[in-house]
Amino acid sequence: MIVQALAFYAFSAVAIASAVMVISSRNPVHSVFYLILAFFNAAGLFVLLGAEFLAMILVVVYVGAVAVLFLFVVMMLDVNFVELRQGFLQYLPIGATVGAILLVELVFIFSAWAFGGGTLAAPAPDPTEIANTHALGNLLYTRYVFAFQAAGLVLLVAMIGAIVLTLRQRVGVRRQKIARQVSRARAEAVEVVKVPTGQGV
Amino acid sequence: MAEFWTGYALPTVITVAQILAIVVPLLLAVAYYTYAERKVLAWAQLRKGPNVVGPFGLLQPIADAVKLLMKETVIPSGANRIVFVAAPMLTFVLALIAWAVIPFDVGLVLADINVGILYLFAISSLGVYGVIMAGWASNSKYAFLGALRSAAQMVSYEVSIGFVIVCVLLLAGSLNLTQIVVAQDRGWGFLGWNWLPLLPMFVVFLVSMLAETNRAPFDLPEGESELVAGFFVEYSSMSFALFFLGEYANMLLMSGMTAVLFLGGWLPPVDVAPFTWIPGPVWFALKIALVAFLFLWVRATFPRYRYDQLMRLGWKVFLPLSLFWLVLTAGVLVAMGWLPE
Repeated sequence: MIVQALAFYAFSAVAIASAVMVISSRNPVHSVFYLILAFFNAAGLFVLLGAEFLAMILVVVYVGAVAVLFLFVVMMLDVNFVELRQGFLQYLPIGATVGAILLVELVFIFSAWAFGGGTLAAPAPDPTEIANTHALGNLLYTRYVFAFQAAGLVLLVAMIGAIVLTLRQRVGVRRQKIARQVSRARAEAVEVVKVPTGQGV
Repeated sequence: MAEFWTGYALPTVITVAQILAIVVPLLLAVAYYTYAERKVLAWAQLRKGPNVVGPFGLLQPIADAVKLLMKETVIPSGANRIVFVAAPMLTFVLALIAWAVIPFDVGLVLADINVGILYLFAISSLGVYGVIMAGWASNSKYAFLGALRSAAQMVSYEVSIGFVIVCVLLLAGSLNLTQIVVAQDRGWGFLGWNWLPLLPMFVVFLVSMLAETNRAPFDLPEGESELVAGFFVEYSSMSFALFFLGEYANMLLMSGMTAVLFLGGWLPPVDVAPFTWIPGPVWFALKIALVAFLFLWVRATFPRYRYDQLMRLGWKVFLPLSLFWLVLTAGVLVAMGWLPE
């Protein structure tokens, strides 16, 4: 038990420290690296909770794909780091308000949970009986199937929107049409001529 | 105190011993894989390959390692030192820790976790960080271009690898790698393994595997004819060696993944007497060697892809194909009532 406790404190301490570093480090690329570290430690906390599926999905989706694209963009940005720091005090009141609202909401949730006898949420199934991948699948594809599909549709719309916004047809560009290249027959591509000596084609 | 020994110290010692039992043979295999690559390429090109150091040149990898160790580590003055040094370590460590979940036989696995295949997928999707960190930290145009190419390429091909894995999961009904291998034991020997019912996905996986490990014909991140050596152009000595070893360990890992997902892991190809006498780990090693040979064969055979063609293949050919095949697999399984469990 003591090992779990130690692991928990280690993961949470590193997660919080790296989250602080995300907003306080000077170099945006370092910020993204700290963000990745924070994701990683969150995944570690999920494993400690017995939610290994969520942990792996967190690593695959956020660290393996989202953060890579983040890094990709941030690395290519040409930003003036000193200028970036200057607006800090100006934005502080708004940021503090948002943080305060989030804190109050979290307090509401946990107090409702603590004083309401824990009856609000469905109890989690016993991890020794059913693997949590199965448990999640059973819930997502039966009870919450419409919500799940709706979430998928929202993502689809977002994806199509992103494509529509960035797609531009440039005229006068010669593109490779592989289907046309492959479907070309020999007869229309080459012509064998017999050239008589001294006459040319 | 006694509780401390039996409860914590002893399991730690046993786990460390198990890790060593996996890592030491793996590193030897990686060293000799580089030798095998040079030999296979040489034979494909009617040359002799390394044949001076030791009998048949067998000590060549050792000599290479010693040579790299003796060299000076050069860190470019404009480089971001910490990230620059961390990148090769990350690549190497990621290539090693993935082996924790690979089953060598029934029960012969370091960590038999429920979500083994997702763990493998997660680790292989992290491999891009080593490359992208190296490219950025080097503060060099060539390295950066190589890293950008690599990031785009690895993210693109991961998508189709993900769909291929889901197809395999549908047949196995589990995310556990041992279960995936056991589910391939359909009583028809090698004809029952996943490569046959999922043949198009097997091909997609093999090709995506080449792209995911940045190997020929998809080795654009290195592209020595245009980018000098791509993302590790600024690296020397041991940091270069770590990249090199990491790349080869990744190739072996992908071969192991292919063996587990499609080639029946430790199962013998024919379930009769002389084949069943050979222990499972030997079959597994043979299958890994077969796929690893495929990497070298492909490198000796095909020219490098053009970058836009690479992207086209990933997004416009493999992604729709694997998506279609996923729906088809699920449909057939449901229609015929073949869903596991």
